Amino acid sequence: MTVVATRSSDVETEQLATGCEAIAEAIRLADVDVMAAYPIRPYDGVMQAAAKLIANGKMDVEYIVADGEHSQFEIVKHACAVGSRVFVGSSGVGWFYAFEAIAVTAGLRLPVVAICGNRALDDPGAFGTEHNDSLAVRDLGWLLPWAETAQEAMDLSLMAWRVGEDKRVSLPVAIGLDGAFLTHSQTLVKIPTQAAVNEFLPPFDLGDRLLHPDNPITIAPQVDQDWLMEIRRQNDNAMRQAKTVITEAHADFKRIFGRGGASPFLDEFMTDDAEVVFFGQGTLALPMKVAIRKLRAQGHKVGLVRLKWFRPFPTEEIVKSLTRFKAVGIIDRDYSFGSPFYGGVLYNEVRSALYSQAKRPAVVGFIAGLGGREIEQPMAMEIYEKTVAASKGDLSSGDTCHWIGVRQ
Amino acid sequence: MAETEGSITFEIVYRGIFQKTLANRISRSIVLAARTRGLTGTSFSRYGDSPERNGVPAKQFCVVAKDDLELEASLAKYEPKVVDVTVVLDDTLVKGVESWAWYGRQPIWKPTREGGIVLVTSERPLAEVLAQTDAAVRPYTLATVPGAASFAGLWVFKDDHTDYRVLGALAKLAPDWVRLDDVKALIKEQTKDDTAVASAQLGYDEAVTRAVAVGEGTTKHEVLQFEKPGWTKMRPGVIVDARKPGERNPYYKKYGARTLRPVVNFDTCIKCTMCWLDCPDECFDVTPEGHYEVVYSACIGCGICAEVCPVKDCIVMVDELKFEDNDNKWQVWKKDKGTYNAWFEDKSGVSAAPPAKASARSAGGGEA
Repeated sequence: MTVVATRSSDVETEQLATGCEAIAEAIRLADVDVMAAYPIRPYDGVMQAAAKLIANGKMDVEYIVADGEHSQFEIVKHACAVGSRVFVGSSGVGWFYAFEAIAVTAGLRLPVVAICGNRALDDPGAFGTEHNDSLAVRDLGWLLPWAETAQEAMDLSLMAWRVGEDKRVSLPVAIGLDGAFLTHSQTLVKIPTQAAVNEFLPPFDLGDRLLHPDNPITIAPQVDQDWLMEIRRQNDNAMRQAKTVITEAHADFKRIFGRGGASPFLDEFMTDDAEVVFFGQGTLALPMKVAIRKLRAQGHKVGLVRLKWFRPFPTEEIVKSLTRFKAVGIIDRDYSFGSPFYGGVLYNEVRSALYSQAKRPAVVGFIAGLGGREIEQPMAMEIYEKTVAASKGDLSSGDTCHWIGVRQ
Repeated sequence: MAETEGSITFEIVYRGIFQKTLANRISRSIVLAARTRGLTGTSFSRYGDSPERNGVPAKQFCVVAKDDLELEASLAKYEPKVVDVTVVLDDTLVKGVESWAWYGRQPIWKPTREGGIVLVTSERPLAEVLAQTDAAVRPYTLATVPGAASFAGLWVFKDDHTDYRVLGALAKLAPDWVRLDDVKALIKEQTKDDTAVASAQLGYDEAVTRAVAVGEGTTKHEVLQFEKPGWTKMRPGVIVDARKPGERNPYYKKYGARTLRPVVNFDTCIKCTMCWLDCPDECFDVTPEGHYEVVYSACIGCGICAEVCPVKDCIVMVDELKFEDNDNKWQVWKKDKGTYNAWFEDKSGVSAAPPAKASARSAGGGEA
């Protein structure tokens, strides 16, 4: 039976929606052709929300339930090669089960849009959020934005198709969504009009890379050592281009939807006169903002810089922003066992970005909120105190990493 | 000598799969024989080769060095750019080697240094081998050691002593690095077989050499060389143009894998399509009259066409070294059947006449 899609009336509406439901609305608005599903929490939230839209006749998408995550990502990779706009996603170890397909999708420059519903890596089985699943693909050529709210999840999805499908980029995008806090909690989300989305998001066009009998091409022939470095360098260039394309898309997004913040890459909160700032990505910004307001009320000059795109890493913007402060406390909802200073991934990336600067802030790292543990206010205060200590030259605080809220 | 006076580099060009173990044994033995005198060395195959495929040209390398420091300059290599000695285990390989798409057809002496040695196992006179070798662009020494192309190994290594004869010949050609006494001692230790040791002596005694001057050799082989594009010129997304119907891959012809080539008697062809259907490389073109002619630049010489052809001696597999060109032949037949059939008979050794008028010569069967 053919389900005839009926578009919602072209008026911006407001829904009380989870991050997953917001993503499903974005799939509808982007007129996705093919999506692939395989259940794992929290990604299954998107599956269910999308299935409901289809069942209610609101959306027409080829919805393929795969026999596992590897097939799921292979399905959309191939669908994308023949010109379909696609959506896929997974979480935690399911994401890892698809790893081979994930790697080649980026290698082949196919702009698959995915969400990675961030989830701790089993074992032990745990549903809560950690960013190591998304971060595992950080070196492969996936663009990696992180959302703070359900609204931003929807907005970044629309950005993802626009940026990923741009011919200058043509790379896959995986939106990081914190499990539970974002995927399974409903907040008010503005659902834009179809006309506005159409203005923002042009139809997907692979051009002469389309795999079609009328355009005979071979994708991914066997090559030897004479070719790989040139292929890698092309992908490197695409990732460099992505920064320009994100900036353009962000400006358009703001013009059309009236949202998106001052910078496409960084969201700064109370930083104008700040002496120390927190730095992190995803929903952990929310409890930290609460803490900042309390600290500000007590007269402390503290703010927050939230990273919106981890890949491409906005090095220049981060350097420009963070060198204004005396100390930066970097909060990682991830781990990198055995890394420099036993720090998290963000910690070491930011430190590396700052290395060549004549004027550098003190940098102190925090591992917090693993496995979905809430970042509670006393933890936020501890983070603040250690960051301030680092700003005053306390070496036992600076150049090191602290585990926050872990039982001894 | 290639990169330093303190070392010597050998390459061994062979055909997969039957000569893979053979090439490896020769390469290892060169190093191990030198080791008995305190020298050091390395032995490695070209990683990207597919020596498991029948007939595909492949390469094995070894380096002998005075000490570990000298050897270091030859380590972590995919393929040495310059070698002192090229050993060729099948004389049909002197027509050139194409090992990968975009490598092109490389003259057999391509990496051999000026004044270096190309040693071929062959039962043909040196002049005949040289006549099928690309014209030299720098002087070298061509040598042969008696022996047909060895089918030494597939599942079991059938030792026909090719390795011992080659080692003996190398002791004569590069005595500073490969010593006959060392080689003999190593073979004796490994085999406990005096006939194997005698084969090394035979190779030493019967190896013959000829100085090759610039320009000597043939200029009739196809020049097949490509410029590899840089990253700004390549199509993004690991994409290459597909071949269009009827078009063959210009970047990888594979005919270097051929040791025998099919020649077709168009007079006896019944146009049954079997060769065209069964050819694994789609190298038959249909002529306007419905014959099937071999496109030699696409043919790897597997012989399936000759096997499936229902007409006796209509497709005959012939020694590759009997041919200097790679041209398609139907037009020649179309233009002048007498000339073509004389050519067919000369190459194949069988009569071109249809069976009803079979001559005594073809009744006896061709040598193929």
